[in-house]
Amino acid sequence: MKLIALIAVSLTGAILIYGTADMPDWGDPGSPASLHVSPRYIEKSVEETQVPNIVTSVLADYRGYDTLGETTVIFTAGIACILLIRRFGR
Amino acid sequence: MTSRFDDVIIQTVCRILIPFIQIFGLYVIAHGHSSPGGGFQGGVILGASFILLCLSYDIKEMKRRLSRKRAILFSALGVIIYAGIGLLCLLLDGNYLDYGRLHRILPVDPVRARSMGILGIEIGVGMTVMAVMVTIFIDLASEEEKRN
Repeated sequence: MKLIALIAVSLTGAILIYGTADMPDWGDPGSPASLHVSPRYIEKSVEETQVPNIVTSVLADYRGYDTLGETTVIFTAGIACILLIRRFGR
Repeated sequence: MTSRFDDVIIQTVCRILIPFIQIFGLYVIAHGHSSPGGGFQGGVILGASFILLCLSYDIKEMKRRLSRKRAILFSALGVIIYAGIGLLCLLLDGNYLDYGRLHRILPVDPVRARSMGILGIEIGVGMTVMAVMVTIFIDLASEEEKRN
């Protein structure tokens, strides 16, 4: 059983490492994210969201749904800690 | 209220310091949309102020101000505020989390309404982060207290 788990984990790891070979270099100006996404945020965020801070406009406006998920993750983590640590029914 | 950590210097310094830490935390939350900061950072600062209270006084003093039950309520309330603002925008004929629509119920123009909506969700995030930090700390510290 442990051997199967080890094989599964190693295989998944190998696939993930293989996947990183196709990723663009860190900070590569020719990568799709730098060519299309970042200029759009820098040029249009004030016009589209009327927020003076680009970071906030991305966090709360363009990716507001993502931030809602992050908040839910923190809440879920708190509930999980309560379930694990707290002693019930003494 | 005597504990083995009673120390007049630490308690005095923390009593003076904690209100300023909390005001700074509220400032970081409130100014999140125009300067570095936001709900996550401000919530952590607020939570740290409660943890400092617990470290300098004792856990009863902290629970008197923010009990376990209330901390869990706050953490759920933060998520509800965030999701509720999104739902409110949906009810006001916009997209989910389209804060500009809030100007129909707020007495301000759409630009201000957008910034108000972002402030609202930052407050929700801050409440959740603060309450979860306090909850985890109370649970860890209470076990310690029982064992001793």
